[in-house]
Amino acid sequence: MNLCFEELPLASLPPGKAGQVARVQGGRGVALRLARLGIRPGAVVRLVNSGPFAGPLLVEVEGLRVALGRGVARRIFVRPLP
Amino acid sequence: MKRIALVGQPNAGKSTLFNALVGYRAVASNFPGTTVELLRGKALVGGRPVEIVDLPGTYSLLAGDRAEQLARDFLTSGEVDVVVNVLDASLLSRSLELTLELAELGFPLVVCLNMLDEAKHKGIEIDGERLSALLGVPVVGTVAARGVGLKRLLSAILDARPARPRRYSADVERAISRVEEVSGPLAEASGLPPRYVAIRLLAGDSSPEGLAEPDLSPEIEAAREELRRARGEDPALVLSAERHASAVRLFEEVAKVGHARVGWRERADDVLMHPLLAYPILAAVLFGLFWLVFRVGGTLEGLLLPPLEGLSDWLGAALGGGLVAQLLVGAFQGLWAGVAIVLPYLVPFLFLLALLEDVGYLPRVGYLLDALMHRMGLHGKSVIPFLLGYGCSVPAVLATRILENDRDRLVTAGLAVMVPCAGRAIVVFGLVGRYVGPGWALFLYVLNLAVIALAGWVLKRVFPGTGPGLILEIPPYRLPALRTLLGKVWLRLKDFVVVAWPLLVGTSAAFALIEALGWAGMLNSGVRFLTWPLGIPAPAGVPLVFGILRKELSLVMLTQAFGTADLSLALSQGQMLVFAGFVLFYMPCLATLAALGRELGWKRTALVLLLTTGVALLVGLFLRSLALLV
Ligand SMILES: Nc1nc2c(ncn2[C@@H]2O[C@H](COP(=O)(O)OP(=O)(O)O)[C@@H](O)[C@H]2O)c(=O)[nH]1
Repeated sequence: MNLCFEELPLASLPPGKAGQVARVQGGRGVALRLARLGIRPGAVVRLVNSGPFAGPLLVEVEGLRVALGRGVARRIFVRPLP
Repeated sequence: MKRIALVGQPNAGKSTLFNALVGYRAVASNFPGTTVELLRGKALVGGRPVEIVDLPGTYSLLAGDRAEQLARDFLTSGEVDVVVNVLDASLLSRSLELTLELAELGFPLVVCLNMLDEAKHKGIEIDGERLSALLGVPVVGTVAARGVGLKRLLSAILDARPARPRRYSADVERAISRVEEVSGPLAEASGLPPRYVAIRLLAGDSSPEGLAEPDLSPEIEAAREELRRARGEDPALVLSAERHASAVRLFEEVAKVGHARVGWRERADDVLMHPLLAYPILAAVLFGLFWLVFRVGGTLEGLLLPPLEGLSDWLGAALGGGLVAQLLVGAFQGLWAGVAIVLPYLVPFLFLLALLEDVGYLPRVGYLLDALMHRMGLHGKSVIPFLLGYGCSVPAVLATRILENDRDRLVTAGLAVMVPCAGRAIVVFGLVGRYVGPGWALFLYVLNLAVIALAGWVLKRVFPGTGPGLILEIPPYRLPALRTLLGKVWLRLKDFVVVAWPLLVGTSAAFALIEALGWAGMLNSGVRFLTWPLGIPAPAGVPLVFGILRKELSLVMLTQAFGTADLSLALSQGQMLVFAGFVLFYMPCLATLAALGRELGWKRTALVLLLTTGVALLVGLFLRSLALLV
């Protein structure tokens, strides 16, 4: 499937699936704060689950769990990994 | 005396380590951002006393939130002799990024690999000697929670050495040298290593204290621009990515990753964070918390109160009616009020809160309530100050430092002080819970939440604009040690015992004096403008005034103001509801005001004061009309 080469917003990953971060949109403030937790281009991020009521996403990166608000998650684009 | 700073990422176990090193004199908890103040203590290193300072958790020296700035500014202030870098060994790769930054700062360094047990659990095996050789500093493994390795850590401090700095890629190194050529004088003036100053300026950190002038000369801008063009990213991100790559390489050289064990802690989130199940569980947890506090507190109070009351009556009779006798009886009443009313509720509450904190449930509450907080223009991190507020408003106000921007801090602090702290809980439980019924006590809590939500909704419109949104680390669950929990309860209780209790005794005596001299009437008419519209009898005015010192005084002094321990003789149930409702919201106590002033500035504190008192009046009036209807 060539879907694997396409960039998706993080929130569009199916729960349980992983993707490789392609880019982080937006200002350097948010990008830096994400980078400090390991969410940076090239990192492999797994979507653990997404909260209801447009709640935040729970992701796992380098063995660490991080909660990301929807507004933040929208700026993260990933390439889905099989 | 040498000064040793503990530096590490949030949740690396710094507070636990600090407590173990200096004895239980600080608070530790299982969520990011608890250590938001500098905690100081003393320990012996090589037979000599040293000062140990616990800095707020920091992911990076490139300052992020207020707490991180605090840590970095302290490090660069020239007051630190040795840095102990505390790492979570189970997250070694990520933790090493901070270590590499610290290496650039040039302090004599010791690396403390904490949470070795957790690393083992994850199947990570670390070659400490190899790491020590590569970094050029002593490396000590510890399990702070069980006190393992502390002696070795203390003696390693004697061998602390500056770490070998790592090189960046050639183009980055070129940019650093370019900046260094012009930043030399700045570095000299600040006393910081020239390379560190250059890297920081290259990252665009133009506000370094000590580097007084944000002197971004054209040469620095040019170097930044060149790097940005070559890499297509902000230089700060380039530097961070390079450090990350270095850390990963270092990690791969020193660690072997085997099989991770999967236990209850890894599976718990499947249920506790389940999109549907999580919310009933959260409600049950919070409800269970208050139910337990009420049950335990009520039972203890019932046991303690009658004998103490009897003693007080006997004392009054034995001493006769003179002024001194009245003073003594007043003081005694303050003393027993502390034992019988405050402790039964406070101790169980503090214990359960500590349990939730240390298990690691609090950040999960932040995650679960993020969507709700957005209605107030805040995000999930603000939940943490709110929840801390149920213990005491002062740590709640301090915890707003983990928020990223000023607006969020103001709104969160303004709302968090309306969360009923343990002191106000005593008024609610001891007055409404006891005389009107536990259901009504619960009603007040729900009303409180509704009012805070409403106030948040209004504030969102007054101060528009949302922050960048939630980015919150969710640490693994941990089984807290009973010793740590009790230590924490004691630390928080100590504040009550040494500050509030004497205050209670003192004000009780002072109140007895005021009564005896016939001044109470004056004070009461002074605040009649509050008590009259609320339909509360005038003598309740003085307790309200004293409540500004400590909220629980309001209840304790009611019994004195009406001269009876059975308040149902003095107040109707409706009046009790109004009184407690007003106490829930009106102006924060002095300690909280001081904390607000420090964190937000006095103008904004005045704003919070107006807001809370205005809300309190409205709530009081609402409850009064409700009482008329029911
Ligand atoms: N398993 C384990 N848990 C630890 C260790 N050190 C600290 N903890 C726990 O980790 C949590 C976070 O510790 P804390 O000292 O608050 O971290 P801080 O944020 O760095 O101050 C607490 O629940 C501690 O009880 C350790 O060596 N092993």
